[in-house]
Amino acid sequence: MIERTEDERVGRSSALWDDLLRISMREGGVAAALVLIVLFFSVTAPYFATPENFLKIFVQIAINTVLASGLTFVILIGGIDLSVGSVLALCTVVGATIMTDEHLSPAASIPLALAACMGLGAGCGALNGWICEKWKVPSFIVTLGMLNAASGVARVVSDNSTITGLPQPFIDFGNTIIWDVLPSIFLIALAVVLIGWFVLRFTVFGRYIFAIGTNEEAVRLSGHTPKIYKIAAFTISGLTAGIAAMVYLLRLNVGSPIAGVGYELNAIAAVIIGGTSLSGGKGSIVGTLVGACILQVLSTGLQLFGADDNIKPIVIGSVIVLAVVFDTYRGRLLRKLETR
Amino acid sequence: MSDPILSLASVGKRFPGVTALSGVSFEIARGETHVLLGENGAGKSTLINLLAGLFRPDEGEITFDGLPYRPGTPTDAFRAGIRVVHQELSMLSNLTVAENLLFEDLPRRYGLVDFRAMNRRAAELLDEVGLDIAPTTLVNRLGVAQMQLVEIAKALCHDSKLLILDEPTATLTAREVDRLFEILDRLKAKQVTVLYISHRLQEIHEIGDQVTVLRDGRHVTTRALAGLTIPDLVHLMVGRELEEQNAFRDDVIPSGEVLRVRDLQLSTEGPRISFSVGRGEIVGIAGLVGSGRTEMVRALFGADPKTAGVIEVEGRPVTIASPRDAVRCGLGLVTEDRKQQGLLLGMSCAQNITITDLGKVSRHGVLRPRVEREAAARLVRDLRIKTATVHQAVGTYSGGNQQKVVIAKWLYHGMKVLICDEPTRGIDVGAKAEIYDLMWGLAAQGKGILVVSSDLPELLAICHRILVFAKGRIAGEVPRAAFDQQRILSLAYEEPGLDRTN
Repeated sequence: MIERTEDERVGRSSALWDDLLRISMREGGVAAALVLIVLFFSVTAPYFATPENFLKIFVQIAINTVLASGLTFVILIGGIDLSVGSVLALCTVVGATIMTDEHLSPAASIPLALAACMGLGAGCGALNGWICEKWKVPSFIVTLGMLNAASGVARVVSDNSTITGLPQPFIDFGNTIIWDVLPSIFLIALAVVLIGWFVLRFTVFGRYIFAIGTNEEAVRLSGHTPKIYKIAAFTISGLTAGIAAMVYLLRLNVGSPIAGVGYELNAIAAVIIGGTSLSGGKGSIVGTLVGACILQVLSTGLQLFGADDNIKPIVIGSVIVLAVVFDTYRGRLLRKLETR
Repeated sequence: MSDPILSLASVGKRFPGVTALSGVSFEIARGETHVLLGENGAGKSTLINLLAGLFRPDEGEITFDGLPYRPGTPTDAFRAGIRVVHQELSMLSNLTVAENLLFEDLPRRYGLVDFRAMNRRAAELLDEVGLDIAPTTLVNRLGVAQMQLVEIAKALCHDSKLLILDEPTATLTAREVDRLFEILDRLKAKQVTVLYISHRLQEIHEIGDQVTVLRDGRHVTTRALAGLTIPDLVHLMVGRELEEQNAFRDDVIPSGEVLRVRDLQLSTEGPRISFSVGRGEIVGIAGLVGSGRTEMVRALFGADPKTAGVIEVEGRPVTIASPRDAVRCGLGLVTEDRKQQGLLLGMSCAQNITITDLGKVSRHGVLRPRVEREAAARLVRDLRIKTATVHQAVGTYSGGNQQKVVIAKWLYHGMKVLICDEPTRGIDVGAKAEIYDLMWGLAAQGKGILVVSSDLPELLAICHRILVFAKGRIAGEVPRAAFDQQRILSLAYEEPGLDRTN
């Protein structure tokens, strides 16, 4: 049906305009929504457009952004990871235990805790992925199991209590603010997003993630082993849960087995609002960052707006559904654009 | 043409950037079997979708059964009496045949489904199309050919005035096609009008009365089929002569051996399969649907498990336990179902091509977009893939174009043996010829090619040798010098019990 094609056009990087249009359609929709929401609250809600408030928002989105970044990998391959909140709790407990160990100096205990959190998180994720692939069990079930199991282990390890008394340098680092508006933990989150974006967008591994989410069988029949990349995606999700645990410790200075309850749902919401398709193959980590921002801006904005606390979940719930509805329409528009 | 059931007057349909149909006018007389021909992209599918209520025309008038026809939804088309059996079957695979057949109008009793009445009615419908299966069979148990017949039975179950069949024989074997034609004859006796779309030019004379040819979205002609030869039809469709007979190139002479399969067994009690493919040789695999052709090539490629067998590539024994092993050994597979197994539909042409070997377009695991774009563009040019840019999603391509992308990805990777399962299914004449050209190009380079096809004339036209499969084993091997349609068919039908629709 497409007849307007000449050989010379084919290889050109051309279609820059089409590309820009496509990118703005892909990411721009959510970004525009975020800008509109920010503008709306800036005008209507007192104290919204102040550096203090932005600082607060940046502090609050850090954990969710890190969690959701890793989760994006899993959702892109068409899976789901419900265990990130529990794994985070387990990692906070382990990290805090290591950092409060009297025999270790802060110089040793902090890097050790970081390594332990990342290793443990990645291990939980790898286990999730391995079980899914080994026994062909839906990831929903496996990670639901991990959600419970990790939470139980966290209680055992912490003896059902919160762990305080983290080393002072660690706490100080967590409280560091750059240029009066950028908290250190937000910069960590940003770094995670950047790395994730690079991996997904520019590496062979990222290409496999998208390809597997689009058509796993075709990838297999092209001579690859999708299993490995799928397990890797779950491992990344676990790894970011471990990093998010360190961010949690930096922010709240306490390790707790009941940390992170319900975090997985916030993370999923951020990924979905960011335009990543639950059926896999489509989405981006930049979208996820914007999605996390939208969630927090709405929450803070409504609070400053003086909205009833009970209204907040109603609005946020509606936004999640609207985002997906909008996404479906956008998909149609994109397809039209691509048939041009 | 005194009593047209359907008439189109300057119907046009545009999509962004593409004019799919423009100024199409023709009539279909009541009770006739009207054949619609055209290359892929000629506008046939668009026309069917307009009639099925999936798209609305941008211009022109359609009159159906004496009334202006402007369906807004498929339901409108259904109510007007138009039934469409689409090329891509859309069945509810976890339900029974009976439930699928009567889904639109389940018999009810006290507000509940009356299963007994439903199954009785379904049995009648199945009988009408000569399909001997229980109405309670789950659809996912059926073969493609059987599903096709169920779809037709479904179209028949409601009084239809116009039955549209889009490529109904694409997946059928000769015998199943015969059965379909018997059914169509019976429908004709009942004065049901049929609009029949097919790429198989040999068969349309058997059933068609009139033919309409579309080319590039325009109406070329509508006339009686009688007196038109296949070259005439091809000429009308493509505007140039193309002969399948010319597809064979006797300057390519097979030599040596590139692939040898010894005693391949798909299950412990299964028959042992042995054969070989030479350098520069095109070997065909004929047989009925369900004769184990696809199963064999999938097992050979490591996509499905096998229990025994030795495979040698260029004389060296290799172990193939997964598609990954197969690709490493130099095999490539063009799958039977290109949308489900061959392509990443939502991804770009370039991404589809380079997926077989991203190592060539990356450094230390990081992609090099320019290198990738150039590699893809080269193949797009070589294979004459019609696309605006290499970044276009392959989901928007026509069937022939998509198939070229699948072949391109193996050319990009490089292989010693290319296995093609139904490489030209649902592809128009022009693209078919190009695919044959590609195969010959590979053969001339000394690659071995294994082609599975249900289209026997195609195999006769392009193969050096044909292996005939029946009941999971090789029933016979026919060299080119002894090619004879009758002989191959009798080998394939050797075991009448295996015809699944019988």
